[in-house]
Amino acid sequence: MTEHRTGARPAAPAGTPGPGRAHPPAVSAARARAFGSWYYAEHVLRVMNSYRWTILASSVGTPVMYLFAMGVGLASLVDSSGAGTFGGVSYLAFLAPALLASAALMAATNEFTYPVMDGFKWRRVYYGPHASPLGTHQIVNGHIIAVTLRLAVMSVIYFAIVALFGASPSPWGWAAVPVAVLSGLAFGVPLMAYAASLTEDKGQFALVMRFIATPLFLFSGTFFPLDTLPLLLRWIGWISPLWHGTELGRALTYGHAIPPGLAAVHLLFLIALTMLGWRLAQRTFARRLGA
Amino acid sequence: MPPNLTAEPVIAARALTKHYGEFAAVDGISFEVPAGEAFGLLGPNGAGKSTTMKMIGGVSQRTSGELSIMGLDPERHGPEVRAHLGVVPQQDNLDEELRVRDNLLVYGRYFGLPMSYLKPKVDELLEFAQLTEKAGAKVDSLSGGMKRRLTIARSLINEPKILLLDEPTTGLDPQARHILWDRLFRLKESGVTLILTTHYMDEAEQLCDRLVVVDKGRIMAEGSPATLIREHSTREVLELRFGSERNTTVAADLEGIGERLETLPDRVLIYAADGEAALEQVTARGLHPITSLVRRSSLEDVFLRLTGRSLVD
Repeated sequence: MTEHRTGARPAAPAGTPGPGRAHPPAVSAARARAFGSWYYAEHVLRVMNSYRWTILASSVGTPVMYLFAMGVGLASLVDSSGAGTFGGVSYLAFLAPALLASAALMAATNEFTYPVMDGFKWRRVYYGPHASPLGTHQIVNGHIIAVTLRLAVMSVIYFAIVALFGASPSPWGWAAVPVAVLSGLAFGVPLMAYAASLTEDKGQFALVMRFIATPLFLFSGTFFPLDTLPLLLRWIGWISPLWHGTELGRALTYGHAIPPGLAAVHLLFLIALTMLGWRLAQRTFARRLGA
Repeated sequence: MPPNLTAEPVIAARALTKHYGEFAAVDGISFEVPAGEAFGLLGPNGAGKSTTMKMIGGVSQRTSGELSIMGLDPERHGPEVRAHLGVVPQQDNLDEELRVRDNLLVYGRYFGLPMSYLKPKVDELLEFAQLTEKAGAKVDSLSGGMKRRLTIARSLINEPKILLLDEPTTGLDPQARHILWDRLFRLKESGVTLILTTHYMDEAEQLCDRLVVVDKGRIMAEGSPATLIREHSTREVLELRFGSERNTTVAADLEGIGERLETLPDRVLIYAADGEAALEQVTARGLHPITSLVRRSSLEDVFLRLTGRSLVD
């Protein structure tokens, strides 16, 4: 490491950065190979940190708003109309895990669409790290790591508020947090691969929001059990990461009875979607950045 | 520092090509750059300069040929090659959502550099880029010249020995360009190898020890600015204007004066070793231009001679 320091340095004018104090390139390369994904995540987290108050305010405001409106307002109507349809729990308890997962899904939708377009096209942010020792796959990983942490923070806050509302009777309720994060990733990471394949935004993201994210929110057994829907519409729930995440969340927060085999299917479905999106995103990023 | 010509070249390209489908963006170019040299790639738009830079930068795969940076193949040792380099891209890609200082910090982290090194280094680089007062500003509030200087500062965060600059001053006003040239010249003095693309001839003359003129993916000429002028142009150029209509008709009467004659829509150029003497010959033939100008031959004359005057796009 010292060989770079012992070589005679030409006299440079004052203030000129010259070679000599950074660690050698071989060390940079080795560290980037080992920790590059995290280095890029640091970058994204710094960007998120610049609007942390917005993130925190919406992390608190969203659950409070939904839980009051739906879980208290609407619930008083639903519960008084003859309960028992929700596995013996209050409508608020039925709703809470679904709202938790859908909040993560919505946040993931934001974090994996416009920022990706920004990276490739608007401000070309990805081309900076691309010229550094980082690999394209590490840019993808770093982005996913940072969004995962953001989803985790907001889901923890969300769950804390759910608990304050007394809507998570089971001692296993906290485990709905990682499930919600995974639900967000299962929708968001494939979306990231899609966003990376777009060369311009002709309103596709708005369409995704309106015609994919919103219907999933409405028809994934969020507000009523999926089996109350006609068979014709039930498939929306089956392919929706939100339904799988919500079902798992309900099992965890109030002991909603699902067979263990089905629980495993829910979990595997979420993991499979995330992995598929991850592979596709890595491939698309490599193709676009390496052209 | 004078280039050390005996040492192993820091960059060596042999028969380098890059195809996009049928199109050969780079069509078999070879060159070597010794440590400490300022090496320029000149050429019109679409000549293959940026593509060459991307291959050197280890971000674009070559189609064929050989390329080594510090003895490493960028395709097999991408992170190792890129760790050696500082890169100033053609288009700024700073993160405008971050503050000026944070742009440098996050970039330093990509090289695994610790905060204990980065904090003083960032201050030093901000000073160097004359951006100290802007350290806490958001990037989108900076002028074009400031963003460019910040991009250069960012490229120096890992103290690279090789700096790749793709059209570093395009779009900047003269003041900003001169400040940048001064900064780049200082880096060169401190021993950094500069690889530069430009289509500003004055920039190439200012900064480059040696350059290649590239056109349609091939090298048209190679040498120092002075050598290229000597080999591809005359010492002086006489520019004559007879008025747009007459230039072409007069040209026939100018035959034989100087070494070469070029007729443009707005003027006639006579390439001669002695411009004043050529002008005397012109007036001796009874021709009286509206204006006449004798000037030294420049790199621009060489460039236009080698790459033609017609627009490429």
